[in-house]
Amino acid sequence: MGNFAANEGLSIFVILVWLGINVFLFVHFYLAFLVERYYYTRVILGHALSWARAPAACLNFNCMLILLPVCRNLLSFLRGSIQYCSRTAARQLDRNLTFHKLVAYMIALHTAIHIIAHLFNFERFMDSQLMINSSYLPYVLSQIGNNDNRSYLNPIRTNETNPTIVMFTTIAGLTGVVITLALILIITSSMEVIRRSYFEVFWFTHHLFIVFFIGLVLHGVGRIVRGQTIESVKVHKPDECHSRFEDWGKNGTDCPEPVFAGNPPMTWKWVVGPMILYVCERLVRFYRSQQKVVITKVVMHPSKTLELQMKKKGFKMEVGQYVFIKCPSISQLEWHPFTLTSAPEEDHLSVHIRIVGDWTQALYTACGGDKTVVQDAWTLPKVAVDGPFGTASEDVFRYEVVMLVGAGIGVTPFASVLKSVWYKHVQENKNVFTKKIYFYWLCPETQAFEWFADLLQSLERQMMEKDMSDFLSYNIYLTRWKDAEAAHFRVQYEAEDDPITGLKQKTRYGKPNWDNEFSAIATQHPGSKVGVFLCGPTALATALGKQCISHTESGTEFIFNKENF
Amino acid sequence: MGKIEWAMWANEQALAAGLIYATGGIVGVAGQFRGWQFAAFGIAAGVFVCLLEYPRSKRGKGTSVERTGQYCFTVCVNAFGPLTRNYYVRAFLHAALCVPGGFMLATVLGCVCLGIASLIYLSAAIHGEHWEPILPRTEPPKRVGDSIKEPPQNPPPRPPPELRRKKADKLETAAYDNPMSVTVNE
Repeated sequence: MGNFAANEGLSIFVILVWLGINVFLFVHFYLAFLVERYYYTRVILGHALSWARAPAACLNFNCMLILLPVCRNLLSFLRGSIQYCSRTAARQLDRNLTFHKLVAYMIALHTAIHIIAHLFNFERFMDSQLMINSSYLPYVLSQIGNNDNRSYLNPIRTNETNPTIVMFTTIAGLTGVVITLALILIITSSMEVIRRSYFEVFWFTHHLFIVFFIGLVLHGVGRIVRGQTIESVKVHKPDECHSRFEDWGKNGTDCPEPVFAGNPPMTWKWVVGPMILYVCERLVRFYRSQQKVVITKVVMHPSKTLELQMKKKGFKMEVGQYVFIKCPSISQLEWHPFTLTSAPEEDHLSVHIRIVGDWTQALYTACGGDKTVVQDAWTLPKVAVDGPFGTASEDVFRYEVVMLVGAGIGVTPFASVLKSVWYKHVQENKNVFTKKIYFYWLCPETQAFEWFADLLQSLERQMMEKDMSDFLSYNIYLTRWKDAEAAHFRVQYEAEDDPITGLKQKTRYGKPNWDNEFSAIATQHPGSKVGVFLCGPTALATALGKQCISHTESGTEFIFNKENF
Repeated sequence: MGKIEWAMWANEQALAAGLIYATGGIVGVAGQFRGWQFAAFGIAAGVFVCLLEYPRSKRGKGTSVERTGQYCFTVCVNAFGPLTRNYYVRAFLHAALCVPGGFMLATVLGCVCLGIASLIYLSAAIHGEHWEPILPRTEPPKRVGDSIKEPPQNPPPRPPPELRRKKADKLETAAYDNPMSVTVNE
């Protein structure tokens, strides 16, 4: 229980505040339509009016929020400023995509409530036009404003129509249908199955949000929600006059005909700020993409990994950050994220790209991967780089003891960390706060990441030369092997260097026993804050998160950070 | 977008459309709106579409992810053979089912969503996709050879004893006893 508050406390607090604001807005606007001004509207609609307006207010709030977590440049900037005050608060910004999805679900929920309430509203408005009986108050109310067509209450002005036609001929109805359709298409193409398999479908369909926001702002322009005007309430009190509706406006009564007007649109006030911020965000991304990036070196590693070394003027990065890369000759619209594998101390930026899909395959061909002669620099394609964007690994050097766990391709950000550690300790001789790094690498086979094994080898050699072999303790776990290989391992057991990686520290097989590992580290470093960094699958994240929470002993605090790709 | 399987998105869209159709129908019937008969049809059509679309198809390339508990639905849907396997049939079916929804406000949204799903299915059919059931693989478990269960009765065939004897100085490392005693210098 000990670490739970440290790890999850701020997230829970943020969620509770957000839910609280939603509940408050819902109840407040529900009650706001139970006042005198809407008495006659409620005569026709009943409580369905409030049930429609309350989620509308929540929708305004959530549509304002939804654009903010995806302004990654803004978040990066905030992250940089906040982390001097509070590491925990800065880590909160890692969960931006989770928050974006939560807000999206809330928008979907409120949309559903709003639509169902309006179905009842339309039906009741239609009913009151069709029940032609001048002793029936809803009918009488619907006839008000027939002369000037301005002071009416019932937006359905005639009885020769039906709700479906009304919906398609009012601004509110038409925009409502359009934005709901856009929302549904966005949601169905954002399902995890589609997102993980066909990212382009998800990305292009998601741009329907532009249609969504335009429709949302225009949705209230028709002023279809109507109540009595303030002046009218002063001279015509609904409480007293509602039963005497047959005498309204006649000589001698003190109940003149009530006058109704619509509410002005409010949504734009909520969303205009975030919309401007998002436009700025896209402009920043565009500007960055226009800056010149030169590919200085292309290296083809085994197992279909392409390393690109590039130079961009004025590019500054921290460890473990990622960039988005676009190659206009392959696709004008696609930006793909890759973790940077170079250290900030190096003079170039590098990424290691695994060739798994259409775009990466095309990049491989464009960079001359299938040719054996050396390529001239001018034949290499132009690329654009947006970033760098900060993720959890930036925080690595703020902890005294660090556990790095990389699974499969998740090991990539740690390449940058380890290189930077090396540069800091040796070449620049700085006093680094981090005293000990425990590195765990889980993979089915190391061949796919042979370049990383090379990096570890060179680090190991250099550490031995400088007599610093216990600064970094690394453990490689092979989670899959063939029977034939197993025989080979058994035979080579006594050899000094590991048969697979050539490193001094032996490769282990199977999965690590996290309980033991965490306990060992806790005993070795009592009283310190241990940062646990993971880049890997969700199942491992859950397991490690649990271990962090349960292994706080004698003051050792394990703080868990997860990359979110 | 070279290798998108449109049917995957059409499936998600159709499932959502079925739910929306059914919900609109329930509201129409519960509120006793005008034209509630269309709403009642909407409930039936919506539920039918949900049942039809719940089992995911096996992907052409890559791993397929099942929905929870979809096995019984897979079996039912598979039983209809080409009617459910062919996406042209599905596109036409969805288009036909969605039309009555357009006559009543409560089901209009379901109608339009189902119509869109029908169009995506049409696109999938044009690209030659079809529905494949995800069935658990029933290959027989790797059978250990029968002969392993019992230890061998006879020793393995060996060359005649004269050829088998090891030299005296290699007696310690020999894997088996010499069939005849040996002395050095032989």
